[in-house]
Amino acid sequence: MSLRVDDLAVHYRTTRGDVKALDGVTFEIADGEIMGVAGESGCGKTTLGKALIRLEHRMKHVRGTVTLDGRTLPIADDHAMNAYRYDKVSLIPQYAMSAMNPTRKIGRMIRELVTSRGVAYESVQPELERRLRLVGLDEGVLARYPIELSGGMKQRVVMVLATLLDPSLLIGDEVTSALDVTSQKAVARALVEFRDREFVRSVVVVTHDISVLYQMADTILVMYAGRLAEKASATTVIDRPLHPYTKMLVGALPKVGERYDHARLSGIVGRPPSLLDPPTGCRFRERCPLAMAKCQEQPEFREVAPGHQVACWAVA
Amino acid sequence: MLELVDVHKVYRVGTFGTGTVHAVRGVTFDVQPGEVVSLIGESGSGKSTIGRMVLRLVTATSGSIRFEGADVVSLRHRGLREYYRHAQGVFQDPFSSYNPIFKVDRTFETLRRSYFPRVTGAQWSERVDEAVHSVGLVPSEVLGKFPHQLSGGQLQRLLIARALLLDLRLLVADEIISMLDASTRIDVLNLLGDLKARGLGILFVTHDLSLGNYVSDKVVILYQGRVVERGVTAAVFADPKHPYTRTLLASVPQLDRRWEEVEADEALRTAALGDRCLYHEQVDDEHGLGLVEIEPGHFVGCFRMAADDPCPGARVTVAR
Repeated sequence: MSLRVDDLAVHYRTTRGDVKALDGVTFEIADGEIMGVAGESGCGKTTLGKALIRLEHRMKHVRGTVTLDGRTLPIADDHAMNAYRYDKVSLIPQYAMSAMNPTRKIGRMIRELVTSRGVAYESVQPELERRLRLVGLDEGVLARYPIELSGGMKQRVVMVLATLLDPSLLIGDEVTSALDVTSQKAVARALVEFRDREFVRSVVVVTHDISVLYQMADTILVMYAGRLAEKASATTVIDRPLHPYTKMLVGALPKVGERYDHARLSGIVGRPPSLLDPPTGCRFRERCPLAMAKCQEQPEFREVAPGHQVACWAVA
Repeated sequence: MLELVDVHKVYRVGTFGTGTVHAVRGVTFDVQPGEVVSLIGESGSGKSTIGRMVLRLVTATSGSIRFEGADVVSLRHRGLREYYRHAQGVFQDPFSSYNPIFKVDRTFETLRRSYFPRVTGAQWSERVDEAVHSVGLVPSEVLGKFPHQLSGGQLQRLLIARALLLDLRLLVADEIISMLDASTRIDVLNLLGDLKARGLGILFVTHDLSLGNYVSDKVVILYQGRVVERGVTAAVFADPKHPYTRTLLASVPQLDRRWEEVEADEALRTAALGDRCLYHEQVDDEHGLGLVEIEPGHFVGCFRMAADDPCPGARVTVAR
């Protein structure tokens, strides 16, 4: 077992009170698993990604533990986490395109970064060049400034950089969102390739684009309003989802070839509840077509089939 | 209704405008009333520039853009103002289209001041209510709110409602759903479909082919400022001829087929054709490349198609 998250809760401090962005999530990621996290804006998926590597100053660890390879990560202690960041847990940030220092040539920036982790640049340079070639870049990019590269190229440089020291866990936040479809495919493919070559052990990919997850992830975790709704293999989540929210989310995506005049799809009516003061019970019940009296109580996130977990009373 | 013929746009770049970027190279297509035309391409394909030229936010360098027969490029002052009564644009980031310190009803009010000074307040709020209803929102829930209190999908629909208050005939929708959540995207798309049924012409600019396909009647595929393929959506998507269109379609993340399967099919096809296409080596001649009509209403601009040895990717012989 590579990563285990137990009853994790992270709140945001605001002037109007705590926003319960992550309210008790429990899941595991196996070795070599690429897990996609999907959900609407504000469902807590980005917070989950951040909680695993670095809490912002507004974020407060309320309860729960994160265990990586049998060791508990001190996620609430910003300083103590430094020992794990980059070597053990690494991140491809949401705006990877602007994640690089614009005043440094890429090679020099990488040298500074690995040196700061106590690693000699010369010892990783051959591997760095090999991996750059793997994602279709030559070592010439090391002598260039970030501004000279296209968005897709920058994204790939950041990917190589983030995984250079073979971390156990890689967190990718919206890695493909700002890219064209062709670069999207290249980046998603490269991430799977990195996992296959064991440059990274397990990967958490946070995105709002479920169709990209279907292409690259082994499992998909669907979140709703700070809680987990469903987790299963990518194929199961897309083809045989059980949670009504997952069903509606997948149903709201037009497939290539589907037309407005033939089959009119529909969105999900309403908005997710405010997390300042979240409702009790199932948080989706306001928008749920299957809502019943039982939904006043919070459904447990339980296993209904091997490797398939759902939090819904309507699922037998 | 809207007609573009051989439109070019050259941007001046560099310190003294010494460099040039040829963003749009000889684009020709038209939009009819009650029709959604999707402009599809990747970053730098010129799709947004075309939308902006149609809205006169940038001026075309050469070529003609005509709206209901009248030249758009040469419009000035009052003419331009009247043009905006009929043609409006909605853009990617809904938040930046609003004044953040105005409540939504005040945003509508500014429209009344500039276009309908003689309409009374009561009549106006009736019209606003009707427009807001027609985009599927409840006026009392949205009008008194500030933009930050509303979701992206609601703001995008309110922008469309604002455009509808005018005598709207042409809507340019530039990536209007790429910032929205999957759960609300489809509502905005369905709204475009409803507007189409009311006889509006819609120019839908996007990089997402599955969305382009869902609403549009015709598609225009752009590559480096040129049209490489255009035609009726069903025909282009069912059997894309241009290798670039095929690459794009094969890269779209789908929900029923994985990339591996799509690629396997493409590989079989390529093996059967046995030749490399030269679409990426298009000659940079003054007029760009002519499009060849390979079936009624389906045009392909492949370098090889106009040459003596037609592109094996298209499997048609072009009569010269």
